[in-house]
Amino acid sequence: MSATNPPEILARVTGKTAVQTEARAKSFRLWITAGPGLFWVVLFLLVPSVVLLGIGFFASNDYGQPTMPLTLGSFQQVAGYSLLGWDDGNIIILIRSLAQAATATIVSALLSYPIVFFIMTRPVSVRPLLLLLIILPSWTNQVVRTYAWLELMGPNAPLTAVAHWLGIVPPDLGIAPGSFAITTGLAYNYLPYMIVPLYASAERLDWTLVEAGRDLYAKGFRLFWHTVFPQTVPGLLSGVIFVAIPAFGDYVVPQLLGGDRSLMIGSLIANQFTETPDWPYGAALTIIMLVFTGAGLIAFRILTRRLGGAGEATI
Amino acid sequence: MLDSAPEPVPAHSAAGRGAISILGVTRIFAGMIPAVDGIDLNIEAGEFFTLLGPSGCGKTTLLRMIAGFETPDAGRILISGREMQHVPAHQRAVNTVFQSYALFPHLNVEQNVGFGLRMKGVPKAERKKRVDAIMDMLQIGQFATRAAAQLSGGQRQRVALARALVNEPEVVLLDEPLSALDAKLRAELQIELLRMQKRLGMTFIFVTHDQHEALVMSDRIGVMSKGRLQQVGPVLDVYEKPRNVFVAEFLGLSNIWPINPRGGDQAETPIGTLQITSSIGAARMAMIRPEKIWIYNDNAVPDDKPNIFRGTVREAIYMGASTQYRIELTTAPDNFLLALDTNNAAAERSWRPGEAVAVEIKPDNIMLIEA
Repeated sequence: MSATNPPEILARVTGKTAVQTEARAKSFRLWITAGPGLFWVVLFLLVPSVVLLGIGFFASNDYGQPTMPLTLGSFQQVAGYSLLGWDDGNIIILIRSLAQAATATIVSALLSYPIVFFIMTRPVSVRPLLLLLIILPSWTNQVVRTYAWLELMGPNAPLTAVAHWLGIVPPDLGIAPGSFAITTGLAYNYLPYMIVPLYASAERLDWTLVEAGRDLYAKGFRLFWHTVFPQTVPGLLSGVIFVAIPAFGDYVVPQLLGGDRSLMIGSLIANQFTETPDWPYGAALTIIMLVFTGAGLIAFRILTRRLGGAGEATI
Repeated sequence: MLDSAPEPVPAHSAAGRGAISILGVTRIFAGMIPAVDGIDLNIEAGEFFTLLGPSGCGKTTLLRMIAGFETPDAGRILISGREMQHVPAHQRAVNTVFQSYALFPHLNVEQNVGFGLRMKGVPKAERKKRVDAIMDMLQIGQFATRAAAQLSGGQRQRVALARALVNEPEVVLLDEPLSALDAKLRAELQIELLRMQKRLGMTFIFVTHDQHEALVMSDRIGVMSKGRLQQVGPVLDVYEKPRNVFVAEFLGLSNIWPINPRGGDQAETPIGTLQITSSIGAARMAMIRPEKIWIYNDNAVPDDKPNIFRGTVREAIYMGASTQYRIELTTAPDNFLLALDTNNAAAERSWRPGEAVAVEIKPDNIMLIEA
């Protein structure tokens, strides 16, 4: 018997069977490729989540730090129960966060389509530049960019003046703070994360399908809906995930552009670690938020898989 | 519409339902030589017309202008006698079968076939009836609920055809629809497509670069090269009486020689003096198809016949139904002659490389061409 392939040669040297050596080589390759990613996920996602979950079950001392005894109090508090009975405050904040995330996602998707198709119909040489111009602002600090919106939408700001003139905002109030300002800020902040995946799928667009649609009497919106849109669904779904999830937990935008009456879950959590410390309560809130995000992702996967031919979201 | 008064339609233009008139149509893509260069063409109603030519000859561009995907830079296109200049693609009674099939991936077979009727607003019940009928006709009924991705190439092609035919268009445009299929399936679908066209009586305009396919299917062929029509005519004419060297060579194997008149019915060629039937006139070339050449045993040469040449078989390629020979002529060792002999029951024998033979080029079979 002559050993010709590496596992067999190795098997002779080590005295193990070729199958064993082969299995080893395979597991080594797996560790080399998947290992770093796994390490990252465990260290920066799994461990902190477990720590947070742990903190959530402690009681809180006078300084808001976790202390004995173990209790379910913080989770009850998340659900709205306190010494004063049940309160809908948290549910409203949760719903408001979901609604803001949904609105911001829809607005950014609606803005993205015309932008993507504008870029796509430019000459090949200028497309990367236009795409860069879209991405460029997101390289600067989010706080700075959001402050810029405050300068535009706060009381006595230019856009507010326009809104007053149009009569859509009551006099002596600004657009910010308010829900509309938050939606604007979120959609603006996460727009590139919608445009880039959408552009990626639009760039591979099969234009013959569009011609087939025209050939079969479709035009205008129906032509877009039946021939272009289905081809962009994979990009759109990726974009939805990239926008909806960070928008749901965003802290900077609601903090700067929203008031107390448009509090979102990100700010609520931040408050538990800063202004009015209550670590266990903050941890419990974070865990619940993670559960919602995870459940949303899973539901989304199932939904997109069911769409079948339209393609799955590629995250 | 801001249309000026329509120009009068020339008397010779075709005008029946499904007839097409192409009048001086030119299309120039930015910075390039014309893709389609001043084409005049009439296609009769109910005709199976093929645009044949190598890739880049402008045949697809011409087809796309008829479909309405491209706008001519000059000239006019009339379909069923109607000016098409301001009629967008979605309003033309023309349907296209695309080379890549272009089936909608998110719709199943039935929905793909019914798409045109749905866009036209045909009521659901009638739509179903017509879709079912056409799916039956093309034998794709059993795939009705499958996605396009789950079909084989041949099946996709049928769906694409059904999707066009169900709308009962005046003209069906087919852009190399069979080029992605294997030889056997392709031959089957050629015949089926032809039967379908005869049965429905629609005008078919078929684009292909495959001369065999063009010969099999067409009533008439338009041979294109460099944006121009080189020759238009019935299949037989285009093959047997090519107008120029390009057409002769594109439609099949041929022996072509430049000729010099020697007076009367004699012409000087590189292989020797040829006797011809007609006067040379403006002709500059002589052409004979390989299958029109007679091959004899070297010792059985009929002495009384004109245009007998002696030579040696240098190559014999057996092709099943026929054998192709390359014969080196004694009179002109640099000029090989291509000859094709059928291997049918009447064939006396075949020749092997190295054998001495004599060939007869009958004057009747020599075609004189101008350039």
